[in-house]
Amino acid sequence: MSVQGPRQVLELAKVSRTFGRGATAVAALREVDLTVSAGEFVAVMGPSGSGKSSLLSLAGGLDRPTSGGVFVESTPLAGLGLNELARLRRRAVGYVFQDFNLIPILSAAENVALPLELDGVQARKAHRQALDALRLVGIPELADRFMDEMSGGQQQRVAIARAIVGDRRLILADEPTGALDSTTGHGVMEVLRERADAGAAVMLVTHEARHAAWADRVVFIRDGRIVDEAAAMHDPAMLLARTGL
Amino acid sequence: MSIRHSLLALLQDQPRYGYQLRVEFEDRTGSTWPLNIGQVYTTLDRLERDGLVSNDGGDGEGHVVYSITAAGKAEVQGWFATPVERSNPPRNELAIKLALAVTLPGVDVAAIIQAQRVASMRALQDCTKSRRDTAASHRPGDTAWLLVLDSLIFQTEAEVRWLDLCEARMVQLSQTAGTQGAVRKTSNGVTVEEAAPLNAETRR
Repeated sequence: MSVQGPRQVLELAKVSRTFGRGATAVAALREVDLTVSAGEFVAVMGPSGSGKSSLLSLAGGLDRPTSGGVFVESTPLAGLGLNELARLRRRAVGYVFQDFNLIPILSAAENVALPLELDGVQARKAHRQALDALRLVGIPELADRFMDEMSGGQQQRVAIARAIVGDRRLILADEPTGALDSTTGHGVMEVLRERADAGAAVMLVTHEARHAAWADRVVFIRDGRIVDEAAAMHDPAMLLARTGL
Repeated sequence: MSIRHSLLALLQDQPRYGYQLRVEFEDRTGSTWPLNIGQVYTTLDRLERDGLVSNDGGDGEGHVVYSITAAGKAEVQGWFATPVERSNPPRNELAIKLALAVTLPGVDVAAIIQAQRVASMRALQDCTKSRRDTAASHRPGDTAWLLVLDSLIFQTEAEVRWLDLCEARMVQLSQTAGTQGAVRKTSNGVTVEEAAPLNAETRR
């Protein structure tokens, strides 16, 4: 019997992305290798312009690499047509953006149900699944509220609910706490962590060390390359040593 | 950590013997700082010598019980009323290391900063995980440990941000020195321009 590691949900293999051509070409990513497994939470930290947002766009199939391969659940995105790619994004990949990107004329539940309905799921079933997702992010009571009736933190929870509704195995978050105060940002990280603990693969792009610290692995990106990685050691003795006492 | 004041504070509650003080201390601080029993007895001896506790004799089971004196109570009151002093000057090995590194030829300062950033980030991950686990357990006795973890999280985050600033300064210094290179930002988005006033200060 072979021993298998956690299932890889996202794999980037020697991914490069160059914008422009010739002398004005800018390499946003250079031969990046990165995997995120089921149940794993990976944070990507890097300066503005380091390529971290490009990385997220490629991971979710919003952009295509100049070279190298992107695989979601072993499916090479390069092999998918536009419709297939759109279907994969609706079914398997969830995005959380800094500015929520919610539709103001829809209620929270309708926003969350939207990707399912676009995917042909029957309205009643989509609504039920939306309520499940809102429950998972801790705001089932806000299902009928509109965006202007919710705080920033509540809206971001709706956005996360939309990203996890149905059976999304990959959650991609781009500075999801950027517009929120620190307490609310903490709540958002809690939800992402819970999703990873429940089995989703989560990739977060952030400037904030305190948010990246919720991840199992922190990947540092500079000038389009992954330069380093930090993983928690879970060593209580080291924690005590750091008290300096 | 002031073991002396901590033991006095516990004796203010009620008379206790050495082992009880140790258990009580560890319970109340979430076992954050394990106490050596020898340390407890040595401290009690000194407190007795200084008139802050009195030896009440044995409890019939071989334990020597101590109680707090009026002077001891005043000492505890003073301790709680006085802010903890920050060590002066702060001995920060990293700051010393970087200060030396920037003045020595052939030292890769960026690599030093990055190595420290990884170590700090790892510590921050550990603190965050411990805080999450502790908070999830909902044990009433964990309050002290949660406060300690919060403190560590703030300290470590500040360290990472400081490293970002150090890096921004290094980049600016190298540019000021005429080194070629584009304007860069540090990992938390501190731009070279943002760091400029600080750098100007260092050049004075």
